[in-house]
Amino acid sequence: MASGTSAVSVRGATRSFASRQVLRSIDLEIAPGEFLVLLGASGCGKTTLLRLLAGLDRPDYGRIQVPEGRSVVFQDARLLPWRRVWRNVVLGLPRDRARAEAALEEVGLGARADDWPGTLSGGEAQRAALARALVRQPELLLLDEPFAALDALTRLRMQQLVLDLWRVHGPAILLVTHDVDEALTLADRVLVMREGRIAVDIPVRFDRPRVRVAPGFERLRQHLLQELGVVSTEHEALTSPRAAVS
Amino acid sequence: MTTTDVNIRPVARVSAALRWPKIPGLRRMVGPVVLLALWETAARAGWISPVVLPAPSAILSAAIRLAQDGTLGQAVGISLFRLLTGFALGSLAGFALGIAVGLSVRAEELFDGTLQALRAIPFLALAPVFSLWFGADEASKIALVSFGAVFPLYLNTVAGVRAVDARLAEAARTFGVGRGGIIRDVIVPGAMPSILVGVRLSLSWALAALVSSEIAGAATGLGALVAQAREFVQTDVVILCVVIYALLGLATDALARVAEWGLLSWRRSFPGQ
Repeated sequence: MASGTSAVSVRGATRSFASRQVLRSIDLEIAPGEFLVLLGASGCGKTTLLRLLAGLDRPDYGRIQVPEGRSVVFQDARLLPWRRVWRNVVLGLPRDRARAEAALEEVGLGARADDWPGTLSGGEAQRAALARALVRQPELLLLDEPFAALDALTRLRMQQLVLDLWRVHGPAILLVTHDVDEALTLADRVLVMREGRIAVDIPVRFDRPRVRVAPGFERLRQHLLQELGVVSTEHEALTSPRAAVS
Repeated sequence: MTTTDVNIRPVARVSAALRWPKIPGLRRMVGPVVLLALWETAARAGWISPVVLPAPSAILSAAIRLAQDGTLGQAVGISLFRLLTGFALGSLAGFALGIAVGLSVRAEELFDGTLQALRAIPFLALAPVFSLWFGADEASKIALVSFGAVFPLYLNTVAGVRAVDARLAEAARTFGVGRGGIIRDVIVPGAMPSILVGVRLSLSWALAALVSSEIAGAATGLGALVAQAREFVQTDVVILCVVIYALLGLATDALARVAEWGLLSWRRSFPGQ
């Protein structure tokens, strides 16, 4: 379904719930293999946009082109508690245990294939969800705040894991988050959504692995925070160690 | 403060001496065993007339006598067949209707009102109606057992389906699981804890329906045995039949527990205290 050079093409997508317009004529292109991060405060419409791309919802108006092969990782892992971990990985696919184990191996869960999802920690469950998404070799991977419920250290490890898997498998990725630092660590391009519109569209060109001391990094961070409506002076943010870790 | 010291120590020692034996299940058996012993003693001492309540040993020998001449085995077999056939039919209907109504508002509009109205009928009142419709033999009894089994499973299946996390079904949908697959992999397993509660309730309702239909009049089965024994004031046989009905209840409940153990093994990571 993807046309030409884009993995995803959205034209004039509009979506309302009751009388509230959540998406206002969104245009969006994602190149094949591009890592796009969509930033926005709660209720700005970013999850609605992701659901449109996932095929979980339809726009009222507009046109959406997405590849057939696409997978989603949700904020909560959404593993079926009554299916072993490996069965969850190949959910909706033939019961190919070797394939499931290979995918679990990639996310470091090779030893947990036979466990019940209820025995996994939050981070492990998210890794299993990543394995379930990647085993399908998607052209488009949709990540809906996948690390929001994890502790800070696990979140950093998961970000690295996603980068590694992205390099190996090369899908286009749309990651939805409200964490500016996560966006700057991961993205080729950052979008900021505000009141149902894409307010900012900035490429991020720092070399990987990304370091906060790269020239221009902090300026871009402040810019994005301002676009998100977070009022903070540059001086405060630069000297506060807490802001640097978040 | 020396008084507390004096008080605590002997209590601790006594409780250590009286500690229960550690054989599982033994503690549960104390009550029934004591009761049986009292009953036996009272009957043998002649405190209770054997016409009112024969001794447990007398009931046991009645059981052996009837087992040896084949009467008991045949009666139990017939009653068990009625119970299981009726339960199978009723629970199948209850399960299927429960899944349909749980999943679809249209099915709910079509069936739920009717089923709730039928549920309001005390099913014992239907025994004479069914024997008029289906004749006095097997069909009417199986029909009554089925009728008793339908509703508990129906209600619990609907509740179970409605309680399944919709987000799991949504996730399965994004991974290409079709409607049938979602029912099989998400809805039914998710509703299973509630369904199994329904199965156990349905079994006990089915048994109640069996007993009442058989007692009301049966040419064969345990009910016929009871009727015959009552005629000849064989209290031991009457009580034996009551005991066997109870054992049927225990056995079917044990089966349901085994099913629970197997089907809900994923929940065993959260054991009770």
